This record gives sequence, structure tokens and C-alpha cells, in this order.
Amino acid sequence: MSKSFSGGIHPAYNKAMTAEIPIADMPLPDKVRLPLSQHIGAPCKPLVAKGDTVAMGQKIADSDSFVSAPIHASVAGEVVLVDDQAIEIKTDKEKSRFSGAAQSYNNQGELRQIIREAGIVGLGGATFPTHVKVTPPEGVTIHTFMINGAECEPFLTTDHRVMLEQGQEMIAGSKLLMEACGAEKTIIGIEKNKPDAIEHMSKLIADEPAFAVTGVQVKYPQGWEKQLIKSLVGQEVPDKGLPLDLGIVMNNVATAVAVHRAVEYGEPLLNRVVTVSGSGINKPQNVRAPLGTSVADLVEFCGGLKPEAAKIIDGGPMMGRALSTLDTPITKGTSGILVFNRDEVHLFSEDPCIRCASCVDACPSRLLPNYLALYVKREMLDEAEEINLMSCIECGCCSYVCPSKIPLVHYFQRGKQEINARNRNQ
Amino acid sequence: MTDKFVVGPSPHVLGPKTVKSVMWEVVIALAPVSIAGILLFGLDALLVLVTATVTAMILEALVLHRNLKPASILGDGSAAVSGLILGLILPPSTPLWMVVIAAAVGILLGKHAFGGLGNNIFNPALVARAFVFMSWPVAMTTWHGPLSLSDWTTRVSVDVASSASPLGGAQHGLMEMFLGQTAGSIGETSALAILLGAIFLIVRGHIDWRAPLGYVGSAAVVAAIYSFLGGDFALTTIAWQLMAGGLLFAAVFMITDMVTSPVTKTGRLLFGIGCGLITMVIRLYLSAPEGVTYGILFMNAMVPLIDRYTVPKVFGEVKSR
Repeated sequence: MSKSFSGGIHPAYNKAMTAEIPIADMPLPDKVRLPLSQHIGAPCKPLVAKGDTVAMGQKIADSDSFVSAPIHASVAGEVVLVDDQAIEIKTDKEKSRFSGAAQSYNNQGELRQIIREAGIVGLGGATFPTHVKVTPPEGVTIHTFMINGAECEPFLTTDHRVMLEQGQEMIAGSKLLMEACGAEKTIIGIEKNKPDAIEHMSKLIADEPAFAVTGVQVKYPQGWEKQLIKSLVGQEVPDKGLPLDLGIVMNNVATAVAVHRAVEYGEPLLNRVVTVSGSGINKPQNVRAPLGTSVADLVEFCGGLKPEAAKIIDGGPMMGRALSTLDTPITKGTSGILVFNRDEVHLFSEDPCIRCASCVDACPSRLLPNYLALYVKREMLDEAEEINLMSCIECGCCSYVCPSKIPLVHYFQRGKQEINARNRNQ
Repeated sequence: MTDKFVVGPSPHVLGPKTVKSVMWEVVIALAPVSIAGILLFGLDALLVLVTATVTAMILEALVLHRNLKPASILGDGSAAVSGLILGLILPPSTPLWMVVIAAAVGILLGKHAFGGLGNNIFNPALVARAFVFMSWPVAMTTWHGPLSLSDWTTRVSVDVASSASPLGGAQHGLMEMFLGQTAGSIGETSALAILLGAIFLIVRGHIDWRAPLGYVGSAAVVAAIYSFLGGDFALTTIAWQLMAGGLLFAAVFMITDMVTSPVTKTGRLLFGIGCGLITMVIRLYLSAPEGVTYGILFMNAMVPLIDRYTVPKVFGEVKSR
């Protein structure tokens, strides 16, 4: 029996552009803009005011809510703007040195608190606060911790590079996360198109009986949490449920590294590795960029845009968000900045659905995208909900395979918003 | 920064498949049966195929674009598919004016009266065949056997053509039927050519095995039971039933029609089984010589219902106890 999930697609992966190049450390930009909401959950409230001088790594915004993560100054300098969206800091390059000390803890609760105070969230792009993820509710026992190294989005190679360059830190972080959630073992899942990462990880865990590395089928969306769990242990996380329901907690590669650094050096989340790639960028590579760096500065560091550059994507090409301007900050969830040339840009136009069922066959959630789109278009929200619109993960497989080029995901996002709005008003 | 970039919904990369590529690949899949039909039945067959295809394409261009520019006529290829399939399921001796009427009924009534591409409930080619079959039953059930190559250009009119088809009682060896050397509709006689098209469609991912297998499988089961009850059970009888008439052609090219078949996996299987059962019941127990047309048209009408009752369980859905 194949453990892998049904459906999925095989787009052109385009990872070779950046997979072999070591991560480059970007110099500090002149200014950073740190949004108050870089995570799923309650937005933070500023702890600083305009004109304040902040140190690198100083907490500058936080929230009382459990599901939230504080924001830290990624540079030292002067606060030049505070509004309800973001805090901007003018960099003082001389003083921008982080100093911290190893953190000690006596129990799970204190370890989770260290993770929280470091502002760590899921760095795969989902940005769910990590301390919440490793805190199972009363009565739930976690037996397995998993590291998501699938990195199934085309173009992106950040996790790949981090595994190769910071594998030891990732293992150390995994042990901490395992401890924080109470798991007994760790499974590292990596797509088979990264044989060097699988080999490297296998070597690193040779003397670690609690660890296992598993190569998984190269298929998008293999890196979606629930799909990867299915591939690794053959079980399906309940619809609308969480991995917790199976006694599993999963985190991304870079998240584990961040946890290690928070405990080992007392270092909060100050930067992240971003894949800068695509045909419209002069020097594709992975860059370790301070949070709050503008896409413009990042692009500049990568040799600038080619004249034909027409589309900028924050994230991967399947689930990322198109940016209208380069004046957008890198946040905790920015896994990639992709630049596409004009001839690679698909403009919005759709042919009639020919009911070919390609979308049905490609859907990893086993939905009927053609009917969902029909219902959303006709404002038949009850019918759409009945055939599980809310279970759509917006992975984009259906839109990708559609011969009629129907922007199915776009309709689903709209339908979900309308259903949520309706439920709020009831 | 004043740069303005293109925005749009994710995903930002799309697959290579388009409606056009799908349709023209179906035309390619129809090439073996078309060539076999033309080789077997001569100039008649060629003229019927060309007339049906061109009529369908021209009418679709007029409906959609109100002009006859080459790009309008080529269109997305869907009219060519419907027209060519229609031609292939007609007897080679069909008068060309009848072919024109058939194509018009298929495209205008079968397809565009319902809203055009993607919206038709019934397979346009089958609507057309049902119409001409009821209007001119004699012409539609008069087939002639294959011509020798020296007679290739001989036109065979309906009045002269009178060879019985296998379903009409003609005796043929299985190998003759496999190669298509029997009387029958242009594209329906050669199992070999049909299978070549099927392989292409499956390899290219345009058809799913479920509907054809359900269709051929259920027809085989009915044939087996029937022959068993009749006291002459033999595997050759079953093979004969499967290769006779339009069953195999329909299994590959008609019940797999995307627009008029279910989208769910279970639904495709049920649809095939339903088509097979009705086809065989009509064949064996009713007076009509061939049940393929009505079997599929009936099941076409069931498609929305089938889809509705075969919605798959979503990923992680807790099985109801």
C-alpha cells in the first residue's frame, strides 16, 4: 500500500537555479519596516514610540493573547515610525550587534516560554506561533515530532540550503521541540529530489536512536502538513482537525534552527533565509535577510531586476502572493521572492469548464473543484459548504491542471470569505 | 518606488494543458479509426468523415463568431471532435445531405441549444445519430462490407449496400472482427484501431480507465449470463458481443466524453456500468439492432445525479459510524 496522499501534481520544479549556491548573508539595510502582524493570531501592540532608540533583538511589540508572537528589532537604531500596521527603524549600523546569552529552563513550560519570547513562528510560510503548536491541550499526548523538509513549492530551496548548512542546529532544535511537546521520537520528511539533504541528515542522526529520516515522493503539495503526515505514517489527520489528534506535532526546518538559536544564544527571530529566484532576477540565490528588509533592498542585493521583470511573488509560485510594489517588507513568513518575466505571466481569462475532471483527480483534499467553482460563481454558498469548500487548502493544484485556465483557487478564496462573513453576521 | 507589477490570484504557474490541446489530441486519437475506416470502406467513408467534420466546424464558427475566418472555423477543436465522431458512427453509404443534417442537429441542438461547450447534457454526436436514426432508419441500418483496394473509389449507394453487419446476423471470425473486416459504421468495426486510440488517450491522461472498464465489463457480464441461459456459453460469444456494433468505439470515445460523463471516480465507474447494462438489454431483448446510442444518452441524463451521490469523502473525513 502506498502511504502517499491521492492527487497532487508535478509542476516544473526550477530549483536548480539556487539549490547549489550557499546562503548569502545580506548586509543590514538602511531601514527596516516590521509589520505588527507577521503571524497567525492576534496582532502585536507596539512597546516603543517614535524617536526611541532600540537595540538589536529588543522586543518592540507584543500581545497578551496566547496565539500571537512578539516582534523584535532586527537592527539597532531609531524608531522613525509607529502606526497600527508596522514599526519602522532607521538602522544604526555601528550599534547593530546582537548580544545574548544561553537560556536555561527547568520544565516544558519554561522552554515554551523561551520559544514564545523569541517570537518564533512556523517559518515554512504558515506562520503559526510555535509555542502554541508545542503546547498540546489537556489530555492530549504527543508521541511523534516531525520535521517538514519536503519543500514542495517550485523554485524554493531555503529549507534545502538550511538543512545542508545548518543541519546540526536543526537537529539540536528538533530535540528542544521534541522536549517542548513531549514527543519520544522525531521523523524528518524530505522530498526525494534532495538526495544530498537526505544523505546529510542521515549522517547527522546516525547516533540518534530517537531520529529517523524518510525520503518522500516528489509531488506537490507534499509539504502541506497533513499530506506529509499521510506520506510519513499513512494516517490522515481528521478533516478540520489538527496533527495533535494523531499525537503528532510538525515543524519546519528553519523553525527548528530558530528554536535552537533562541535557547543556545538567547537570540530572538531576527532574520530568515529567503529564496530569491525566477527568470527576472539577475543573481538568483538564497539570502539570509533581516526581517523588515524591503523587497527592493533584497532585489538590489541580488543584482537587481531584469528589464523584462513583470511579476513579483512573495512565497512560492503555487501559493505565494503577487506583490504590486517592491516597497514590501520581508516578514517571518516570506519563504521566497520570485520574479517572473512578462512572457511567464498568465493573465486572467477563462474558457468554459469542459468537465474533464483534471481538477478532481489533482485535488489532494479529494474535493470537486469544478462544482465548488460553479457554486461560488452562482452564489450557492450552502451547496458549496455542503461539498466541503471550507476543507480546501488553496494549494492551487486544480488551477494548475485546468485546461480552461479557470482561476479556481481565486473563486474558493472568495467563497470562503463570503461564508465566513455570513457566519459572522449570523 | 513607483514600479507597478502584475498582480493576480495564485497559483502563478499554470500547466501546459489547454482546451485546444485536449481537443486536438482527441482528434489525433481518432486518427487510427478514421484511417482504418477510410481504408476499409473507401471514398464513401472519406467523404462522410470530411462532410460531418467540416459541417460541424462551420456551424460552430457561425454560432460563436458569426464569421467564417479560418481561426473561427478551427476554434478550440471541440466541434471537430464532435463532427469527426459523428462521421465515424455513421454507415459509409450515408447520403452526404443526411450527414449535413446530422451534423447540424448535433452541433445546434445537441451542443449550442444547451449553452455550448461544457454545458451540453447529451453527447452531441449521439443526439445526431439518434435523430437521423429515427428519421431515416433504413439508411442508418444499411451497411456494406469492406471494399477491396481496387474498388476503393466505388461509391456504394444505400439501395445497393445490403451486407448484414455482425449484429444483423453476419458470421465473421474473431480475427476479422478485430481487424474490422466486417460491415458496419465507418469507425466502429476495427477493434485494433480503436485500441490504438485508447492507448494514446490513456497515456496522455485524457481518459480514465473506470468508465470504459465498467462499460465493457458490465456488457461482458450480461453477454455471459445471456449466453449461459441460452445454453451456448462460450468465451468467443462474449468476445463477439464486445466487438460487434459500436460498443468498443463507444467505450473509448463516447462514454469518456468529458462534458457528458461524471467527474467523480466512483461516478465514472457507475456511469460505465449503467451504459453497458442498458446497451446490452436493448441489444438482446428489444427490437432495436443497437443499444449503444440510447444506452449512453439515457446515462448522460443521469450524470448530475451520479455526481451528486458519489461525492468523495474529503481528506481526513471521519467515517460515519
